[in-house]
Amino acid sequence: MFYREAGQFKTSYASDQAVFPILQDRIGVFIILAIAFVVIPLTGNDFIINAVMIPFLVFSLAAIGLNLLTGYTGQLSLGTGAFMGVGAYACYKLTTIYPGVNIIIWVIASGFFAAAVGAVFGLPSLRIKGFYLAIATLAAQFFLEWCFIRIPWLYNYNVSAAIEVPQRELFGIIVTGPRASAETRYYIVLSIVVVMTWMASNLMHGRIGRMWMAVRDMDIAAELMGIRLLPTKLLAFAISSFYCGVSGALMVFLWYGGAESAVFNINQSFTILFMIIIGGLGSLLGSFLGAALIYILPIILRFVPPQLGIPLHAATIEHITFMTIGALIVFFLIAEPAGLARLWQIGKQKLRVWPFPY
Amino acid sequence: MRAPGGPEVAAGDVLLSVENVSLSFGGVKAVSDVSFDIRKGEIRAIIGPNGAGKTSMLNIINGFYHPQQGRITFQGKTRSKMRPHDAAHGGIARTFQNVALFRGMTALDNIMAGRTLKMNKNLFWQLLRYGPAMAEEVEHRHRVEEIIDFLKIQEIRRTPVGRLPYGLQKRVELGRALAMEPELLLLDEPMAGMNMEEKEDMSRFVLDVNDHYGTTIALIEHDMGVVMDLSDRVVVLDHGIKIADGTPDEVKKNKGVIDAYLGVAH
Repeated sequence: MFYREAGQFKTSYASDQAVFPILQDRIGVFIILAIAFVVIPLTGNDFIINAVMIPFLVFSLAAIGLNLLTGYTGQLSLGTGAFMGVGAYACYKLTTIYPGVNIIIWVIASGFFAAAVGAVFGLPSLRIKGFYLAIATLAAQFFLEWCFIRIPWLYNYNVSAAIEVPQRELFGIIVTGPRASAETRYYIVLSIVVVMTWMASNLMHGRIGRMWMAVRDMDIAAELMGIRLLPTKLLAFAISSFYCGVSGALMVFLWYGGAESAVFNINQSFTILFMIIIGGLGSLLGSFLGAALIYILPIILRFVPPQLGIPLHAATIEHITFMTIGALIVFFLIAEPAGLARLWQIGKQKLRVWPFPY
Repeated sequence: MRAPGGPEVAAGDVLLSVENVSLSFGGVKAVSDVSFDIRKGEIRAIIGPNGAGKTSMLNIINGFYHPQQGRITFQGKTRSKMRPHDAAHGGIARTFQNVALFRGMTALDNIMAGRTLKMNKNLFWQLLRYGPAMAEEVEHRHRVEEIIDFLKIQEIRRTPVGRLPYGLQKRVELGRALAMEPELLLLDEPMAGMNMEEKEDMSRFVLDVNDHYGTTIALIEHDMGVVMDLSDRVVVLDHGIKIADGTPDEVKKNKGVIDAYLGVAH
């Protein structure tokens, strides 16, 4: 009843092939964008923007990157954290070597470095699949992490072995470094994430998206239809790593303000993988939902007991949070193994026929 | 409907010829010294008891297996080794014995995926999904809708194929192969596991494809009634050896064929 496509006739294939063919969806996306671009910066405090929204967007972008590879192309990867690291270190090197160039250009350019590295580590995917490929990408994780520690050139021979984000300006506004305002950084992260999500969605609705999904669902049939497996998989690795790399650069430059190699360790890879499994493999919306569940939910949970006036020790709250998150993950996986995105689909279907059961 | 690149082969001429092809897996001889040809515009059946090497033969034709001996000439071009995507480029499409659809995708997307080779707009336009990429998308959607109309599967367009009943899955798979606009269509047991009505529907589609698009068809089928009715010529394999080749009537009377199917008294 609330979500009816009745009466919305398509008169051309172009409108039928649109990403959001249904009016309600378009309105929904518009409202979400309006909230993200207007309401949150106006009403949100520094904490909401800096500690909730920016990390959420950064993780969402990384989750989209991994989802393109694992969810859409079916290639399991455990190297996400390392590919994010490549983006971060590339961006750091580029901006310290050429300080005059617009930092946004370097953030995007660092994605290309990650893409190249990702494509190289994607080469084994021609021969090995599934868990074995995951182990092969683990090699990327350990090798790159080793590089981040052992090659001092990457962090400009800092004594701390960490990268410190220098101050950079964009049209006279400070965008990186300790003096940049949260709103500015939020707007930049948000814009990049929105544009890249839009592009990912375009890609998935076109020829390349169909090629990737064909390789995921039935690689033999895909091959016999003329899809060459290696170039297709390598393209998936490259584009996925591009997203991860940009996400890593954003993470260090617009959120942390500095980082050491430990940020890009195997835990980071697993965190992103959990996000897409819980959010929904092969769904862009799922990437956002998964990032929200894993990153934002613990923050909210931490505030529940104090708000209810329950006097608990900070450490106890931390433990309870962990347990609750664990239980929720199990609950969601049992309720819908295909992820939160699928739950949303089912919900839409229910809204469509409400108040009738079917 | 002609695949690009290949020279024009007139109707009735040899489109594909298999000469002395042998394939073995270790000690198992799947196909030994088999020769036959497929003429343009005909429906050619490959039959034989289980394990006769029929599917292996199809796999050889579309480049999935590489025969140890023998030559294959397709559209006048001879090759002994070929990758599957070369076969696809050359205009060979196929369906599978156990449906090999892309289960997570809708019927429409499956058939659109069949047109991948015909689409060439680059990554840049794909990312924007605007201008040339969108124009290409719409153009191919037109062709896909023709196929959807042809196969009468309009109402399942948006259904993920994993949820479709078996008979419809087979039909979508045929649609996906047709979307490639093949010169030669290989059907591996298109009617396996179907009831009478579905078989009749599928038979009609096979005849219509042959008639309407002029596609040459090679099919493997176990239902002798279907084979005898549909095909112009039949080749019979048994234990990887060709035991008969000819029109359905000739094959039906062939003693070797009867023995292979019914067994011989010892």
